[in-house]
Amino acid sequence: MSLTHYLVLAAILFTIGAVGVLVRRNAIVVFMCVELMLNSVNLTLVTFARANGTLDGQVMAFFVMVVAAAEVVIGLAIIMSIYRTRRSASVDDANLLKY
Amino acid sequence: MNDVVIGTGEAVVFWVLGPIALAGALGMVLSRNAVHSALWLVNTMLALGVFYVVQEAPFLGAVQIIVYTGAIMILFLFVLMLVGRDSSDSVVETLRGQRVAAIVLGLGFAGLVGAGIARATQALPVTGLAAVQGGETSNIEAIAEVLFTRYLLAFEVTSALLITAAVGAMVLAHIEREPGTRPTQKELSRARFLTDRPQTLPGPGVFARGNSVAAPALLPDGRLAEDSFATGIEPQEVEQMPRPTGRAELGTPDAALGTLDPAPSDIPGGRDR
Amino acid sequence: MDTAPADGLITSAWLLIALPLAGAAVLLLGGRRTDRWGHLLGTGTVVAAFVLGLLCTLQLDGRRLDVDLFTFVATGSLDVQAGLLFDPLSAVFVLLITGVGALIHVYSIGYMAHDPRRRRFFAYLNLFVAAMLLLVLGDNFVALYVGWEGVGLASYLLIAFWHERPSAATAAKKAFIMNRVGDVGLALAIFLMFAQLGTVAYDGVFGAVGTLAGGTVTAIGLLLLLGACGKSGQFPLQAWLPDAMEGPTPVSALIHAATMVTAGVYLIARCAPIYDATPTARAVVLAVGAITLMIGAIAGCAQDDIKKVLAYSTVSQIGYMFLAVGLGPVGYVAGLAHLLTHGFFKAGLFLGAGSVMHAMNDDVDMRRFGGLASRMKVTFVTFGLGYLALIGFPFLSGFYTKDAIIEAAFDRGDGWGYLLGGIAILAAGLTAFYMTRLMLMTFFGRPRWEPGVHPHESPSVMTAPMVLLAVGSVLAGFLLVVAFPLEEWLTPVYGEPEAAEHVVAPLVVSILVTVVMALGVLTAWLFVGRREVPVTAPVRVSPVTRAARRALYADAVNESLFMRPGQWLTRALVFFDNRGVDGAVNGLAATLGGSSSRLGRTQTGFVRSYALSMLGGAVVVAGALLAVTAG
Repeated sequence: MSLTHYLVLAAILFTIGAVGVLVRRNAIVVFMCVELMLNSVNLTLVTFARANGTLDGQVMAFFVMVVAAAEVVIGLAIIMSIYRTRRSASVDDANLLKY
Repeated sequence: MNDVVIGTGEAVVFWVLGPIALAGALGMVLSRNAVHSALWLVNTMLALGVFYVVQEAPFLGAVQIIVYTGAIMILFLFVLMLVGRDSSDSVVETLRGQRVAAIVLGLGFAGLVGAGIARATQALPVTGLAAVQGGETSNIEAIAEVLFTRYLLAFEVTSALLITAAVGAMVLAHIEREPGTRPTQKELSRARFLTDRPQTLPGPGVFARGNSVAAPALLPDGRLAEDSFATGIEPQEVEQMPRPTGRAELGTPDAALGTLDPAPSDIPGGRDR
Repeated sequence: MDTAPADGLITSAWLLIALPLAGAAVLLLGGRRTDRWGHLLGTGTVVAAFVLGLLCTLQLDGRRLDVDLFTFVATGSLDVQAGLLFDPLSAVFVLLITGVGALIHVYSIGYMAHDPRRRRFFAYLNLFVAAMLLLVLGDNFVALYVGWEGVGLASYLLIAFWHERPSAATAAKKAFIMNRVGDVGLALAIFLMFAQLGTVAYDGVFGAVGTLAGGTVTAIGLLLLLGACGKSGQFPLQAWLPDAMEGPTPVSALIHAATMVTAGVYLIARCAPIYDATPTARAVVLAVGAITLMIGAIAGCAQDDIKKVLAYSTVSQIGYMFLAVGLGPVGYVAGLAHLLTHGFFKAGLFLGAGSVMHAMNDDVDMRRFGGLASRMKVTFVTFGLGYLALIGFPFLSGFYTKDAIIEAAFDRGDGWGYLLGGIAILAAGLTAFYMTRLMLMTFFGRPRWEPGVHPHESPSVMTAPMVLLAVGSVLAGFLLVVAFPLEEWLTPVYGEPEAAEHVVAPLVVSILVTVVMALGVLTAWLFVGRREVPVTAPVRVSPVTRAARRALYADAVNESLFMRPGQWLTRALVFFDNRGVDGAVNGLAATLGGSSSRLGRTQTGFVRSYALSMLGGAVVVAGALLAVTAG
């Protein structure tokens, strides 16, 4: 096996996360799918760091994690305040921006 | 071509944990219960953490497990408990053709990207990180060297980002009360007596068979007292006292208490007549 | 004779044009404030122009004088000087226009006294006089063209003076459009002259005619003839003149009898050097004149509208003039003499007709007239003198001038000469017939008036000009042919009069014409005077009469050849514009609107739909990248 396997695994995980975003209606589950996509990208970064022989990929993956943490904090706070006012955590219920 | 050969140990780890990660991802997407989804994701993340360790990135693997899985996913679970636990998606898809299109596009995307990557990286030379770390400099030291020299600005900006995120979360989750207008006990009392319900709201569990804050109170005729619902928590199913049957005085307090009927009660602990 | 620069009073010849033009400007721009004295100003300018013209003529002394005014167009290749040519030919026209014009202005003061828009009428009349003077005084073809267009415009404005009448508006449109057809010919001739010779001044063109190819000269001659036909109402563009009688009677008298319709004759007379060089075009002029005089004479026999009879008579008499100028050098003077005398008696006849209409509550149907001789004596006498002059009663003006033309026709010598002379004599007989019919139906016989009509004589402001014109009708012929021969007056323009070799002795011609005229009068008396005139026109008449009533179907031919195809083309274009062009534009707008509302439906508001399209886009991008790198 080679590093290509890791990359293909990461691509498949990314796709699963993307399909999850499209299919799930619970806002928090959608958020988790986005996290899955970020994780798959992290895997790709680490694999390429190893392939290129530098640590830049790992540092980038580290930053991705930090940013993902910040994003999760804010995102969940937003979902909570939406839930408080609208009493629903479904993504489909936020559909006022329509034609 | 390849400086580093991927050893059999690594291959075994990959072929074992790879499907597990995949299964976790699929489970997360497909499970109806939201908490189950979160747990499946935890599974995948742990697998990925092991991958990082195997790929000569032990620091990142540790951070993945500690921060990502241990903090972020737990945060997810907190919020799930608060708001999303019971809002499980119905199986029926509301948007027409969304599922089919999503699956088709997903397969297409995976195929294209996967095939593209596979083709592009076939002859990818694996340099390995032996030149940078290992031996004297550990992974952490090597990362620190790179992080605090080349990526120092990004590091500082990211810390600012974290502070901003924390403040932002506080702002968003904060329930604003106007300063100084928190009503005192006296004012609350006075206001309450002016309404048509001067007595206090029923506390949870009064007249009911449980003392959890989620257990609602029961009205004399057996309905749930909506005033006693705790905010933000769905009411629990309350074990009710046995209902009297076949009695004409169904609406009387005695009937509700069951004191009329000398039927054997199945109250645990017994209530001898 | 060559032209010389002007001197003395003649340098102010431009005032002849400027005075009426200023009058028109003041009256039009002044508005209602000038209503009280507008008619006096209008008449005054024309009278002043007449006086000035008379003085200039007296000073002319047989020269041809050029008055250079200013540079009109000064591009490198085309230089047009605005200048006036005052020579004997233009002098007689100036006197005719201003003299008859002044009399008609005076008449209009009375005729239009009850019209609230009288001031505007005088403004338009002044405009017309100014334009006509420019036409005859210009020393180059461009000045002539400006005057040409000006009289066309004034004619349009005056025919449609009572524009609330749809028939008047239609008649004005018809006149203007048919004039335009002729104007195209004139414009093309000017273009051709400029292209071939590089100049449009009379001197330049006439001097260089010999250098042009024969075909070019013929083309110029024919195009000028087209213009003349349009303006003078000759075949094939004669149908507008009878319809132009919708305008007030002074308009018919001034424009459509004495002046504008003679502009065509002036043009051909002025361009004599061109026509001398092209026998073909000259033959066409002859043919046009001959055909037209017959058409006019035949049509005039069957009309019941007094003004239409006079209109067809005008058409016919101008046909005589075209016949004359088409005969070559021998005929120019004869044609011009007839033009001058015709100006007198036709204007007088029109003014008399206006007086009759005024008395009969503006009715024009002769079948409702009758027995007016005793009620309107002055009108009867002046009208009668004009009638006698027109039919060529011996020793009145028409006798001299018409016979001169017929003599000139016979003097050609060949078979064509006899044919043309015969046609002219026949038309003279018809003229006598229809004019006598008109006189009998109007002034004699039992009164057939509508109830409530009380004929009375017109006021003196109207009868005085009629009297003056009647005097002219009687004397002008004698004066112009015998006493002060026009030939000698026009020597500077046309050269010494040749001693004519008469094929048929003049006396024989005169007797022949008089006999034919008498036959015409007799026939009219037998068929019209002796019988009771039916009040409503009889329906069952011979085919000849029916054809004559419809002016030999000229209108029908025009309609089927030009009007209907033109209308069809217009409708097709409108249809195409509505459906095609508008349809394309509206269809584009509708398409955009429809597609925008369709596209708008993609904004469902669901985040997941948007995410789906984003994923779709990503798939497309990935595929494209693969395709690019794989290929």
